[in-house]
Amino acid sequence: MKSGGSLSIWFFIGVSLAVNGAVICGTGIYELISPPEHQVVLYNLHANVWWGAVLLILGLFFSLRFSPARERARMAGNS
Amino acid sequence: MNLALLVLSSSTLVHLSPVDLVIIVFYFALVLAIGLYLKEQANTGEDFFMAGREMTAWVAGLAFLSANLGSLELMGWAGNSYKYGILAAHWYWIGAIPAMLFLALVMMPFYHICKTHSVPGYLKLRYGPGAQTISSISFAFMTVLMSGINMYAMAVVMRVVLGWNITFSILVSSITVMIYVALGGLRSAIFNEVLQFFLIWAGALLIPILGLIEAGGWSGLKAKILQNLTEQHVTNPGAYTHAWSTLGHFTDNPMGINWVGIVFGLGAVISMGYWTTDFLVVQRVLAAKDLRSAKLAPIIGAAFKMMVPFIVILPGLLGLALLRDPHTGSLLRLVPADLAWSPAGQAQGLHGYDEVLPLMLARYCGPGLLGLGITALIAGFMSGMAGNVSAFTTVWTYDIYGALINKNASDESKVRMGRWCTVLGVIISIGTAFLVMKQQSIMDYVQSLFSFFIAPLFGTVILGMLWKRATPAAGFWGLLTGTLSSVGMYVWVKVDPSAVRYVALSSQAQDQAQNMFRALWCCSICVIVTVVVSLVTKPKPDAELKDLVYGLTPIPKEEQVSIFHSPVFWGVVVAVVFIILQIIFW
Repeated sequence: MKSGGSLSIWFFIGVSLAVNGAVICGTGIYELISPPEHQVVLYNLHANVWWGAVLLILGLFFSLRFSPARERARMAGNS
Repeated sequence: MNLALLVLSSSTLVHLSPVDLVIIVFYFALVLAIGLYLKEQANTGEDFFMAGREMTAWVAGLAFLSANLGSLELMGWAGNSYKYGILAAHWYWIGAIPAMLFLALVMMPFYHICKTHSVPGYLKLRYGPGAQTISSISFAFMTVLMSGINMYAMAVVMRVVLGWNITFSILVSSITVMIYVALGGLRSAIFNEVLQFFLIWAGALLIPILGLIEAGGWSGLKAKILQNLTEQHVTNPGAYTHAWSTLGHFTDNPMGINWVGIVFGLGAVISMGYWTTDFLVVQRVLAAKDLRSAKLAPIIGAAFKMMVPFIVILPGLLGLALLRDPHTGSLLRLVPADLAWSPAGQAQGLHGYDEVLPLMLARYCGPGLLGLGITALIAGFMSGMAGNVSAFTTVWTYDIYGALINKNASDESKVRMGRWCTVLGVIISIGTAFLVMKQQSIMDYVQSLFSFFIAPLFGTVILGMLWKRATPAAGFWGLLTGTLSSVGMYVWVKVDPSAVRYVALSSQAQDQAQNMFRALWCCSICVIVTVVVSLVTKPKPDAELKDLVYGLTPIPKEEQVSIFHSPVFWGVVVAVVFIILQIIFW
């Protein structure tokens, strides 16, 4: 995927999703241990845990699949 | 105490935790880092204004869609679906999909082959400087105004939702956009738009998922809406969940429109005009690396556009079904913005239609998720603004500065002008935002402004592409009379409100219905004037129309690819899914 340099746009997206996912999932796990006083509707579904985990996994996939090292290797292979 | 009750009973809709602030600050840091990283790759005019014309179909397609997915779009259409029901989804379906497919399969070859930098640039090649001047000046005016209004809308949202100071919100967001667009040009804008696309989905997708769980699925949602609206004595409550079956007559649906307005006004004129000639979106696909990518990009955009109602329209409908007053437990009825923000409305704790999305966000999202949801709204604003600013910069540099002020400008001076113009565009937008703040009614005119300039432009461009007999004089006069007739109809209805029965064919027509019919008439007038003037004036010789007009443009043979890489195949798939959606929600 052309990005104009060794860093692909998909790498930035991966980093963004992974960081946000880790923060959200971490917050959700903390809330499981220490439930908040004010709870949102459907709190019992613990959306922040599984939604954060989904974002984290997706983010890690993009980050690793389009990591700068792999991009450089791919570009070297093409040239 | 339930958090939803807490936020509804406080002066701002939501309160951010430190975790939410971390997510928002990380977003700002990342977009600035992308701008800095891409600065080194924006040295020539092609790099800065056209992203080197090397974007893949996926990147160009997602940016094409994302440039349109601003905060006004997210908040406004969620509010409109609360107000008009599922009819609002037409702006994502018939009001987008046919036009995107038409752009991809019919118009893209002409834009791509003539290597124009902009839509006004195409008009110059096809008709000459007259039509180019009208469209470039009107486009520059419209983009800066839209950018300022979008900025003000976002700042108001931040004030209402978070209690942030309006000036602070405007300055922080606009300066961030200015830095990353001025550094990396269109490539930076496109990169951030693709990033923002993912953030918008990540931040907003939970609302419909959790909302449908709470409502008991689509059938439960429909039953609750029917029950709630019946309790409130709303006429024809079933119309809120049917997209087509209530369009037989103006009085059968909440918008006061019939199928003629939706199919011809929205689907055939407004939508075709916006998605095929508004340079804000077309610029993204012009940056595609080859013709196949340029044709695939709008099709990829269309596939995701069909799904946007899931995160925009559905939350509005869920608001109709589920939102209740935290104090009384009775149904919460949202009201028009001017009533909600009036002193009386504030005293009663009323909420405007446009607040339905943040209200639903606060209902389901705790710390972390709330920060991501707010980031999605900010990202929507910034992608919309970056789209306006980068398009304004290109049109100003090539079609006003390069065409009228300094015809011999070098490539280097154009890039320099582009960077300064980005700064200037943002400053003018900030000024516009503060102007709007003083005269709030301007917000009501946004959609009207849009129909003034875009609807007639579509008539001029499409005749230019498909009819070689259209002459330079006809292009100029058609565009001018089309634009003036639209403004004239708007003024006529303002001066004499009863004129709406002539302009929109019904005295029941609401603002959106008026816009649709006005667009239909002014585009028709533009086409008629262009045809008549063409028949009495001298056409350009065929040699000058090569690569610009159907029949005189040899379309390069595409590389042999499998059916799964063929734009036509995916265009058919998108069209079939589009038809199935219309049948499901008929």
